[in-house]
Amino acid sequence: MGYPVMNMTATEMNQTFRKRPIYLDYAATTPVDPRVARKMMAYLTPDTEFGNPSSRSHLYGWHAEEAVEAARQQVAALINADPKEIVWTSGATESDNLAIKGAAHFYHNKGKHLITCKTEHMAVLDSCRQLEQEGFEVTYLTPEPSGLIDLNKLAAALREDTLLVSIMHVNNEIGVIQDIEAIGELTRARGIIFHVDAAQSAGKVPIDLGRMKVDLMSLSAHKIYGPKGIGALYVRRQPRVRIEAQIHGGGHERGMRSGTLPVHQIVGMGEAFRIAKEEMREENEHIRQLRDRLLAGLQDIEEIYLNGDLEQRVPHNLNISFNYVEGESLIMALKDIAVSSGSACTSASLEPSYVLRAIGRSEELAHSSIRFSLGRYTTEQDIDYTIDLIHKKIRKLRELSPLWEMHQQGVDPAKVEWAAH
Amino acid sequence: MSIYLDHNATTPLDERVLEAMLPYLSSRFGNPSSTHTVGRQARAAVEQAREQVADLVHAHPSQVVFTSGGTEANNLAIKGYADSQETGAIAVSAIEHSSVLAPAASLGRRGWQPQEIPVDGNGTVSTEALRATLTARTRLVSVMLANNESGVIQDIAALASIAREQGAVFHTDAVQAAGRLPVDFSACGAQLMTVSAHKIYGPKGAGALIVDKSLDMTPLLHGGEQEKGRRAGTENVAALVGFGKAAELARQELVSRMETLGGLKACLEERLAQLPGVTIFAQAGPRVATTTFFATAGIDGEALLLNLDQAGFAVASGAACESGHQDPSHVLLAMGVERDLARSALRVSLGISNTQQQIDDFIEALTAIRQRLCGGSARLTA
Repeated sequence: MGYPVMNMTATEMNQTFRKRPIYLDYAATTPVDPRVARKMMAYLTPDTEFGNPSSRSHLYGWHAEEAVEAARQQVAALINADPKEIVWTSGATESDNLAIKGAAHFYHNKGKHLITCKTEHMAVLDSCRQLEQEGFEVTYLTPEPSGLIDLNKLAAALREDTLLVSIMHVNNEIGVIQDIEAIGELTRARGIIFHVDAAQSAGKVPIDLGRMKVDLMSLSAHKIYGPKGIGALYVRRQPRVRIEAQIHGGGHERGMRSGTLPVHQIVGMGEAFRIAKEEMREENEHIRQLRDRLLAGLQDIEEIYLNGDLEQRVPHNLNISFNYVEGESLIMALKDIAVSSGSACTSASLEPSYVLRAIGRSEELAHSSIRFSLGRYTTEQDIDYTIDLIHKKIRKLRELSPLWEMHQQGVDPAKVEWAAH
Repeated sequence: MSIYLDHNATTPLDERVLEAMLPYLSSRFGNPSSTHTVGRQARAAVEQAREQVADLVHAHPSQVVFTSGGTEANNLAIKGYADSQETGAIAVSAIEHSSVLAPAASLGRRGWQPQEIPVDGNGTVSTEALRATLTARTRLVSVMLANNESGVIQDIAALASIAREQGAVFHTDAVQAAGRLPVDFSACGAQLMTVSAHKIYGPKGAGALIVDKSLDMTPLLHGGEQEKGRRAGTENVAALVGFGKAAELARQELVSRMETLGGLKACLEERLAQLPGVTIFAQAGPRVATTTFFATAGIDGEALLLNLDQAGFAVASGAACESGHQDPSHVLLAMGVERDLARSALRVSLGISNTQQQIDDFIEALTAIRQRLCGGSARLTA
């Protein structure tokens, strides 16, 4: 086809990334892999399979439906699920809403208590808050300073009337990996529904739902080189889990989610998941080397703090607080690299990251944090440039900082009693 | 591939729309919530699309809430508004799309009283019928602007003003109307309006609810401040850019599209009327230029569809969303059409790429198939 972008090779894709800013914000979103984009093109324009998969009276509809079902298999294959357990949604936010509110509404007679964690994504926390307004009760667990959940504390929070536990697999800000398999053992033994937000883990961490006793799992395409606007909810069939639809209509997706299926996006998600399954192991190794290089290159800077456990963590993420540097000026100084402080969804707010606050970081350290998230097109040059830039900028910002001067003189600014003006 | 005559189910993407979308599937891939350059670029694209969509329906950009499509927008309108109110009654017309009927029914299970507004034989909701349905408890009224099966256009301004006099909020599903006839949100009196991208040569997976900002709304999707807190979730940037471009083209080309399609439809219906036993539904009412809904007494609709598909013509028996069902069209039944006749219904919905030649070929194929299915019955051969 005549669209240059779609014929890009990986090398050319890398070259488009050589322009500033260097993109180190893959946890916010990823570019669509050209292989994915190429597949999507076959389901859009008049000379392609543009049909509505619900159309039952012609080939356009049937071919579109076949494409949707092939993608369903590709998504199921990455997490070792049955394709019938995959429900398409508009993204992980909708999946989280559908899982939590859908299960709570369906099983409301069984109990009124839910458990989640303070470091969950806003889509989970806000769905829980909505349920609180409807009369449900929610326990928000505080994670350990490592970002990990103490299983004993989780077990202690389980009640007779606990309906659902929602714990994310990989945290979007600090990249730590929770022990989903162990939590599944706890919940299954008590007949409690277990929801996992896997938006940041699918394609980065092996997921085997044959082994993990997860009942509902949220998935997203745009975090692993698929398009935005498409996600899925895994809904276990054995033992069967039921949910109440949140979007009603024509009864698509076996009544769990109505609406015309966006075929090109679904095909894109399928291809992205296929590529992830094939390339994850090798890609993780490559990204780990780059991440370690970044960490090693920054380690000689004084007064920096790694946020979250380093071992139980995806290789794609590094989250560091730079003490004695003001957060906003840090981000401004780093405009040659696209990074974030906190998650994209909350980055417009000036509040310090609630995730870092929940793992016990001070407001100052939470404010001066940077999330570096690496991905498929990150190169060694990107990392070296970043290391160099951070060194320069931190030095410069600290030269201007009276707090840093006090620290250098051996005074702890936190212990100074400031005179009132 | 066969000749596509099912544009009310979905339309192919306009090549110009694809051109507009492509950069957002490659180099401009940012998350609009990110504050860095890549994110701000995506944010600007979403805001431009918001203006383009607003322009198509004469709304203010700040009234546009983007969703994943028409179904979600209809759900947001009905449940989102109802959830912000005390329990009451909700009135919807008998011919609504399932994405309005189903959320209204779901409110029925939560203590709301569902009210059905009947239509007349022409598929029209009369002001009298609306008046007769409304009660003091009615908080929300939903009547679609153009019907997806019959193509009938309702007098939304008249209906909305009655609803508002009674203190009810008015929603209209304009999915089949926007881009096919002039639509004016500000002037029509509706406070909520649904539009969709994939019916106007934009991508699937994008839609919008136009919302009068004075309304209280409870979001359907929680968890992020996107769409000013009315719809959480990372914006589907490429699809929204496509929606915006499709809306812009639909606005610019509206008159010529209406003329071309109107001409083709008039010719199609003239030729159909010459075939014995054919009834064209709602022919007396104002209808969109894309849609002809007809039936032949005594010929099974499913058999006709199958034969037409084999002959290379993609048409439908009614709404795509319900095309798995065996029941006759609820739209036709509401219009008082006999079940048997409703079972033989066929919908032809035209698009901008259809030609006079294709209409001629379709009529020729239809005539031949009818003869074959009737076994040469003299009653049906011309």
